[in-house]
Formats: sequence, structure tokens, C-alpha cells
Amino acid sequence: MTVNGWLQILVFLFVVFLLAKPVGIFLARVFNHNKTYLDPVLRPLEKVIYRLTGVDEKREMRWTEYAIAMLLFSGVSMTLLYLIERMQKWLPFNPQKLPNVPPFLAFGTAASFTTNTNWQAYAGETTMSYFTQMAGLAYHNFTSAATGIVLAIVVIRGIARHETEHLGNFWVDMTRCLLWVLLPVCLVGSLVLVSQGVIQNLNSYATAHLIAPHSVQVTGANGKMTSKEVTRQVIPQGPVASQEVIKEFGTNGGGFFNANSAHPFENPTPFTNFLEMVLIFAIPSGLTYTLGRMTGSQRHGWAIWAAMAFLFLVGVSTVYWAEARGNPLLVGTDQRASALQPGGNMEGKEVRFGIADSSLFTTVTTDASCGAVNSMFDSYTPIGGMVPLVNIMLGEVVFGGVGAGLIGMVVFVILAVFIAGLMVGRTPEYLGKKIEAYDVKMAMLAILILTFITLGFPAISVVQPFGTSSISNPGPHGLTQVVYAYVSSAGNNGSAFAGLNANTPWYNITTGLTQLLGRFFMIIPVLAIAGSLAKKKIVPESSGTFPVTGPLFTVLLVSTILIVGALTFFPALSLGPILEHLMMMAGKTF
Amino acid sequence: MKKNLLIAVWFTLITTLLFGLGYPLAVTGLAQLMFPRRADGQLIERNGKLIGSRIIGQEFTGPSYFHSRPSAAGSGYNALDSGGSNLAPTNKALLDRVEADVKKLRAQNPGTPIPIDLVTASGSGLDPDISPAAALFQLPRVARARGISEHALRALVEKHITGKQFGFLGDARVNVLELNLALNRLYPIRSGSANGFAGVGAAGSSKR
Repeated sequence: MTVNGWLQILVFLFVVFLLAKPVGIFLARVFNHNKTYLDPVLRPLEKVIYRLTGVDEKREMRWTEYAIAMLLFSGVSMTLLYLIERMQKWLPFNPQKLPNVPPFLAFGTAASFTTNTNWQAYAGETTMSYFTQMAGLAYHNFTSAATGIVLAIVVIRGIARHETEHLGNFWVDMTRCLLWVLLPVCLVGSLVLVSQGVIQNLNSYATAHLIAPHSVQVTGANGKMTSKEVTRQVIPQGPVASQEVIKEFGTNGGGFFNANSAHPFENPTPFTNFLEMVLIFAIPSGLTYTLGRMTGSQRHGWAIWAAMAFLFLVGVSTVYWAEARGNPLLVGTDQRASALQPGGNMEGKEVRFGIADSSLFTTVTTDASCGAVNSMFDSYTPIGGMVPLVNIMLGEVVFGGVGAGLIGMVVFVILAVFIAGLMVGRTPEYLGKKIEAYDVKMAMLAILILTFITLGFPAISVVQPFGTSSISNPGPHGLTQVVYAYVSSAGNNGSAFAGLNANTPWYNITTGLTQLLGRFFMIIPVLAIAGSLAKKKIVPESSGTFPVTGPLFTVLLVSTILIVGALTFFPALSLGPILEHLMMMAGKTF
Repeated sequence: MKKNLLIAVWFTLITTLLFGLGYPLAVTGLAQLMFPRRADGQLIERNGKLIGSRIIGQEFTGPSYFHSRPSAAGSGYNALDSGGSNLAPTNKALLDRVEADVKKLRAQNPGTPIPIDLVTASGSGLDPDISPAAALFQLPRVARARGISEHALRALVEKHITGKQFGFLGDARVNVLELNLALNRLYPIRSGSANGFAGVGAAGSSKR
């Protein structure tokens, strides 16, 4: 670990802190229909969209209708994505003449992008046409992010409003989110990325003639090694920047290229890396401020922010420590950090990012439900690789995905005030609302479903040949690969221990299902909570009310998150990364 | 329900036009206008022939070139097959690969510790950079192969070190393709040298 590494981490957190208030205020203004400086341009466009789609801007929905509209939109847009993938051969913007995407993969990918997971069982540069990338995948980056954000807003409205059944109009919220929140930042952000070297064109792939041709050993069709002369390098192209920016800003994470944000065309400089990380945290961090503002308890918003920041720092310190220590099994190498080299465990990491920026990106992308990666988790040290896994297991509530993070956090808040209520023997309250049996049941439903699917499918996968045949790293690491795949899917993260071959019917179907269950069985119970809270009367605060502000609450919240997570996942962790760590330290290899 | 379904269909179509086509095409237009070279991938041409991208790594072999890091992209730096090795730190395949590379490198420059990035594969498989330590490690071999003094070559390597961005972001690094192009320009490979492709990269200069 270096001083400069820590400086980068702290500067990053400070920038996120500074952005929380302006972003939070802007979000509140957009969804409260207050005036913003973008209105003169966007308001006319908004009205056109309502006219064309037949949306009645004034009409608000109950939580059930809101949920139905959300599900219908997800269903329709997922179908369109599937069709685009299956027909890309006949669609424009396909200079490489890529064939149609096969059905299982097309389904898995459609489920994955609709649920904001962006799990990828394919390599973008050789599978998806520019049309599919733009109109299919990048489009879903926008809409799945917007869906998450508007759901968080509905939850906030549920807490803030009282004695009403109305929580807003799904179509209006979506339109405003897309136009006001996502589009302006993406337009500016993508150009900043291009200025640093992220590519943006519609050209066909470029063929370079190498100045130093060389020969390589390749395994031929008959299984024999033959020597092959390499004289060219085909360099892929594409509209990358426009997708890169929403991939981070919407915490989607689906890379244009197979190597994701490790690819020099997606993430060419340390500055683009920094910017991409800030984009990931900008909205989730801002939403805590929006929560405080819209519910009239700014201190509650900051208490949640503090809990998130604490868990973030614990995570990033652990990864950075583990990765900077390096791999003791690689004898004869110099792994000490210096001014001339990053040192540490550099397998799967880029030189321009080194250890600090790789560790930071890894923590950020799994704290949020982003899943973009700038280094390969499969090659992380056992403890370094355990942190992203734990981050997702905790429910991605450390800032979390856009909207989804706050939603998950509210579930834990309800659980925390419920536990506090049990301890003092009073009916729990949350920001003036009584938390009753129905609300706690719904909160527990959201937590338990996640647990059930994230441990159920791996259990089958590690004892059946159709599951184990995909494992690429033997020993305890193989278990981590499989568990990670389902945890990442259920958490709608989409990052992977990528050695696992997930492009098989079993993994495509079960991870796709896991993503859909993880998304909608989280959202629907939480919408039900929002609907239930909105109906309640405000109870004035009394001396018996457990405060949801201040350090005591933050500590209780952090403890709740850690205890629930630890109780659920500790056995899997001890058989996977913890065991691998102990064996690595003992010099055992697989 | 039926009304919302109808809205869902129209909403999907209209927003797909707007965000799936309008937005990326507008960004493409603006990017091509403002940063045409970068938007096209910083391609390097020489004598009208494309020889690579400044920021996509290439494989170099033979003693007279600085070598890039090991690559897991296809058979090595295959830009259509980006990705890492995804080998676990405890996987014997990784340890064997590193051990073999360490053995080879130690023979070239005995007594000097081997910088870790020189024997580990990057995440993209297309890392255009090596650490300054990895470049300096290879310096004696390249100087020998090209018949130049280590002192002169060191100056060239140091000129090609990119520091931390804004003084604190990322790590210092050396772009391998650029360094090798400069090497060919200043110290062309002598005919009959150990490199089998002598002369190929000797003439011309890279367009920046």
C-alpha cells in the first residue's frame, strides 16, 4: 500500500461526498416537478412523449398499478431486446456482418440487461452488432437504471406522504428520469470520455499490420500444437463512449467489449477510471440526500450516508491490503510497490491502474450493483476477491445500484428499527410512521428470497456435472466461482469470476431466472411497503421514539446489515475464499 | 392493464428511437467533430499502412524489442478476444506459467528482481503499457541486441515514461508500442541481428 494509493481513495470518497447534496437536490426537484434550468429544452420534448404514448401526466397511481406498469414495461422492452438480438443480421449498423445471437444466450442477455444486471456470457466485440449494442443494450442501460431510480423515489414518497394511496405515475417518473437525470450527464460525460481516448465511431474493424510479426503456438483441430505466423491485429471499433457513460452512471456494468472497463478503449486513462467510479456512486449517494430532503429529515439521510461510507471504507481497505500484499506463491518476482512499479498481485490488472485504482474500482462496482470491472476478480487473492462477493451478499446497500441501493437500505432500516423496537418493547416507528407486521413481513420477504436463490442454485451446481463442468479453477476457488455467479445475478450486479463458463444452457437459464427473481421479488415487496406506509397516519415523535439519526442509529444499521449477511453467507464464505486463503498461506496449490 | 400495456409498447418504441439511436448517433457526430483521432482509436499509420492503435497493446518477441506483458487475449494480444487469464492465485497453471517466464527472464538479466507486471497477464489482455521497472529490466537485453549503449537507451526509456495523471492518479507506465517505434526510428535493427524480422520496422515514423 502506498500513500498515493490512499490519497486516491480518500479524494474519491470526498468527491462523492461533495456531489451528494447537489445531486440529491436535483433529483428531488425533478421528481417533485419543480422548475429546473433544463426545463426550456426538455419540457416540450416531455410533452411530445406524453402525447405520442397517450400518458395522462396528471394521473397518479396506487402501488399495485405502478408495479404493473413497471412489469409491463420491463416485459415489452425485454421482448424487443430479444428480438433485436435474434434479428441483428438483417438490421443496420452491422459492419462486421455478425450473425444473429443464439436463443439461450439472447434470452439470458435480455433478462440480464432488463434487470440492470448486465451479466454477460458473451464477448461483445464478436457477438453484438453496433445496432444491438446501441438500440438494445445501451438502451436498457438507460431504462433499467431509470426504473431503479423511480422505484426509489416511490419508496421515498411512501415514507413522506400520508393517508394517501397515490404514489406517482410510472410513465411520468420514467420520462422525467430519462430526460432530466440521465440524458444530460450522458451527453457531456461521453464526450469527456472520448476526449481521453474512449472510442466512438461506426467504422468497421481496423486491420493493423504488425511491425514485428511473430509466431505463436496454437492447438490445431487435431489437438496438435502447430506454429502460426501472426502478422496482423484486428482492432475492434464501435460506439463505445455513449454506452460506457450510461453503463457506469446507471450502475449497469455491461461492457462493450469482453474485457469491460479493463479494455483500453473503454477505460484508457486513470482519469477515465476515476470519472467512471464517480459516475457509479453519483446517483446512489445523491439519493440518500433526496431521501432526507423529501421526508423532511436531512439528518436521517446523512446517517444512512455515513453507514454506507463506513462499509465502503472497510471494503476498500481490505481489498487494497490483500492485493498490495501480492501472491506469496509467485516466487522470484518483485512485488513491492515503488515509484517505478505498482507491485502487488498484478495478474488480471492493468499497469495504468495499478493496485490502488483496481482495488477501488472493484469495491465501488460491487458496493453498487454496477458490475463493470477494470481488473479480473477471478485472479484476485482469496481475501481480495472475497470483498466483492461480500459486498453483493450484503445486498449492495453500500451506496448500491441506482435506486436499488436505497431500496435495499430502506429494507434494512425497517429491520433495524424493528429490532430496536423489540429491544425497548415499543411499536417501532420510522420517520413518523408505525412499522407494523405487514411491513416487517414484506421486508423479510425481500431478504429471504435473495438468500434462497443465491444459495439454492449454487448448491445444485456444485454437485451436478452440468454445473461443475463449467468450473475453471480447481479447489475452493471453484466454489467461489459458482457462488459468485448466482450472488452476482441475484444482486443484479453482473460482475463475475469470469473463468466460469457461463454460456451453457444451465447457467444461461438459471442465472437469467435468478436475475429476474432477484430484481422483481426485491422490488415488489418494497413497493408494497411503500404503498402501506403512504396510507398511514403520521405519529408525532415522542420520547419513546427510537431516533433514526445520529451515530447510534448508524451503528445499529451497520450491525443489522452485517449480522444478516454473516448469518446467511458465512458457511459459503468459509468453504470458498477463507479456506483458499488459508491454503495459499500454507503453500498449497491446485 | 390494457391501457398500460399499450403505453408500454409505444413508450418502448419511442424511447428506443430517442435513447437507442438518437443519443448514440448524436454523440458519434459530436465526437467525430471534436475529437476525430481519439474517437477512432488513436490509430497509427506509417506509409499509408495501419500498424496499430496507440492504446492497444501488441506482442513483441525477439531480443531487440521491448516486450509487452503476457497476454491472455487469444494466443496473445488478439484484440478480438480481450480478457484476462482468470487463473486463480492458487491455480497451478498460473504458477507454472509465471515460473517458466521467470526462468527465461532471469537468464536475460541475472541478479535483478523481476518486476511482477512483466510476468502477469493484464485484465484486458491488451495492456499497452509496462511499468517503468519492467522497461528498465529489459534494457540490457535490448541495448545488446541493437548494439547501443545502455546509457543512451535509458534516456530514451525515461523519455517514454508517462507519470501519474494530474500528479496523483494511476501508476507510472511506459507505452510499449511507442517505445519500440521510437527505437526503430533512432536505432534501426542491423541486418543479420538476432531478430528474424530485421528491417521490417526500420524506416518511417509514426503519425501522431
